[in-house]
Amino acid sequence: MLSWGFQVDALDVARWQFGVTTVYHFLFVPLTIGLSVLVAILQTMWHRTGNERYLKLTKFYGKLFLINFAMGVVTGIVQEFQFGMNWSDYSRFVGDIFGAPLAIEALVAFFLESTFIGLWIFGWDRLPKRLHLAAIWAAAIGTNLSAYFILAANSFMQNPVGFRINPDSGRAELTDFVAVLTNKVALVTFPHTLAGAFLVAGSLMVTVGLWHVMRNRDSADTGAYRFATKLGSWTVLVSSALVILTGDIQGKIMTEVQPMKMAAAEGLYTTESPASFSVLTVGSLDGSRELFAVKIPYLLSFLGTGDPNGTVQGINDLQAQYASQYGPGNYAPIIPVTYWSFRFMIGFGLAAAAIALLVLWSQRKGRTPTSKWLLRAGLVMPVLPLLANSFGWIFTEMGRQPWIVFGEMLTRDGVSRSVSLTEVLTSFTAFTLIYAVLAVVEFKLLVRYARAGVPDVTPQTDDDTDDAERPLAFAY
Amino acid sequence: MELTTVWFLLVAVLFTGYFILEGFDFGVGMLLPVLGRDDRQRRVLINTIGPVWDGNEVWLITAGGAMFAAFPEWYATLFSGFYLPLLLILLALIARGVAFEYRHKRPEASWKGRWDQAIFWGSAIPAVLWGVAFANIFRGVPLSADHEYVGGLLDLLHPYALLGGLTTLGLFLTHGAVFLALKTTGDIRERAGALAVKLGVGTAVAAVAFLSWSLTIRSSAAAVVLAVGAALALLGGLAAARVRREGWAFTGTAVAIALAVATLFAALFPNVMPSTLDAAGTLTATNAASTPYTLKIMTWVAVVFTPIVLAYQGWTYWVFRRRIGVQNIPQH
Repeated sequence: MLSWGFQVDALDVARWQFGVTTVYHFLFVPLTIGLSVLVAILQTMWHRTGNERYLKLTKFYGKLFLINFAMGVVTGIVQEFQFGMNWSDYSRFVGDIFGAPLAIEALVAFFLESTFIGLWIFGWDRLPKRLHLAAIWAAAIGTNLSAYFILAANSFMQNPVGFRINPDSGRAELTDFVAVLTNKVALVTFPHTLAGAFLVAGSLMVTVGLWHVMRNRDSADTGAYRFATKLGSWTVLVSSALVILTGDIQGKIMTEVQPMKMAAAEGLYTTESPASFSVLTVGSLDGSRELFAVKIPYLLSFLGTGDPNGTVQGINDLQAQYASQYGPGNYAPIIPVTYWSFRFMIGFGLAAAAIALLVLWSQRKGRTPTSKWLLRAGLVMPVLPLLANSFGWIFTEMGRQPWIVFGEMLTRDGVSRSVSLTEVLTSFTAFTLIYAVLAVVEFKLLVRYARAGVPDVTPQTDDDTDDAERPLAFAY
Repeated sequence: MELTTVWFLLVAVLFTGYFILEGFDFGVGMLLPVLGRDDRQRRVLINTIGPVWDGNEVWLITAGGAMFAAFPEWYATLFSGFYLPLLLILLALIARGVAFEYRHKRPEASWKGRWDQAIFWGSAIPAVLWGVAFANIFRGVPLSADHEYVGGLLDLLHPYALLGGLTTLGLFLTHGAVFLALKTTGDIRERAGALAVKLGVGTAVAAVAFLSWSLTIRSSAAAVVLAVGAALALLGGLAAARVRREGWAFTGTAVAIALAVATLFAALFPNVMPSTLDAAGTLTATNAASTPYTLKIMTWVAVVFTPIVLAYQGWTYWVFRRRIGVQNIPQH
């Protein structure tokens, strides 16, 4: 029905919609994961020390957290519905396994998160201080727990375990739920994703703190901002170390369970032992020949196998192997996408860590940073780990292609047969439009509230108006 | 009891919980322009559900997740088949959820006005479409022998389904008005109580018509009892609202919603999605279900965690039990 000079079918649009809505959703998830814990830590410090500085920071970063949280919640609902709407044959194929972690995520994690976030937002004057503190921790735990279940579900797609294929129905059936929850891909992806989330949250904390430190030098709250800047910088440094550590383990597991993805990350066409890591390769347009390359010898072997002389399989050899195993077809992902997203993930993540180091250095021994360049670097800082997170997901999902469940189901076989191109185009367009508008609104609000700075927290004079007449401590 | 029956009941319970809880949220959202005469009054309305709406919506996420885990075929056929209505529901829930959080973030009347629109439409659209969707599930839709939906959008929009939509719209409006009468003070409380009675009379007519029509499509003794119970609970709730017994009125509308949903599920069992074409296309609690092993695990998880969730969610309602009025709304 559409003639654009090239063929677009419902499958293509469904894929684009999944990519766009998932990457978009994951712009908000890292901040929710990381900031919930950081705000809980700040409130705990206030609780322990009674120092008003920490209360101010709790409320200030708490507001930024909530502006972001709302977006994470509403874009998350789409994710759960989307499997059934656009990928119903996938849902039928894996529902016996994949549905369980999703349902558990809702029952165990989302209820905890959403209920206690409500108690925390509105409970400042309704709950005893200790319970109110417990509420933000419960919400933070719920948020972090939800990441585990959804990553266990995703890891099944990368490295299916604990199942069998029912010969009668042709569907995957759960045989060992513990194996699904302790999938080695899940066990390492969980800390990797959390560390990546804290990289984003710490960066935002630095950005906002640093801006206030450098803009309002004589403000009474400078001490609070300096503290936030430091807490954020250390969060970034520690989490970047954890990202690297877990990423390294991930690389080895990936080489073992998804060798094609590792080869695609590197654009390694022929099996090598030892294999060198390409820092930058410029190939001929068809990608079959290298024109220019910067390589570190032995590194890829070491990353992939832990042995500098280890063998890393190449794309061509794996393709031949898969073709004989699964039948004719192309079993390689789109190499430029995997190659570059892998490098952008690492590069943007490291850049954020480098800025955090600079920020800490600039504030050593109570100094106030003055460099305009530092301020600029600080302002772009949260964008870097956000991009790293996005590229990490693009890498891991695109690197799995053409499979939707590695070795078991092709992505093209998972799409809904009953959904027309018009329907999926309508939904893709609608989501893209509403998401674009909301992105602008959200970003402007974040900037507005970040600029406004820490709130006044002097307690209201305790007059004798009775409870029924008193204004709420917080109201929408 | 068969585990597939247990999960049929659990999915029914989750949707019932969702409609009771988000039902009054939707009602409050739709009554925003009616009962909220100025910004302060509108803030009173929004703040009656402020601390709880998000937790209420998780009932839907859990119902969807439970459907996916326990009845993947049902989940896959329903969600891909009811594509455009579900898309509209999603867009509505997105706009509405963000609106609650963002509306008070800027003082301009134009800003607040736009979010008020989002709250109104974001509540009204799902309130109607959930009724349309459940009426279609109940009546049956064109399903091929391999359980694919083969109808179009217009196959979902027939008089019975529209009456279903009108019924949920009316039930949620009445339920919301009763909830507001229970949770507010002063002028809003009075007007909400009076409006609940007026809305309730029309709703009762629609609900009785819809449930009667439903029982002519498929029925069982239990379903008839439940339907009569739903009608009586609604009338009882309205009588209580008339004499300003707000707690009883709310109990009445909540029970009415629960029994109405129960009526549909009771008459539907053991089917979960009947086919109007080939009988082989009909999805049942058996042929749509996951394996016994998956159902057993999910049952344990539900047995352990559902009471915990109910306890802390119930406690939240206790924490925020106080009525609020315009005097409780802070300046900012």
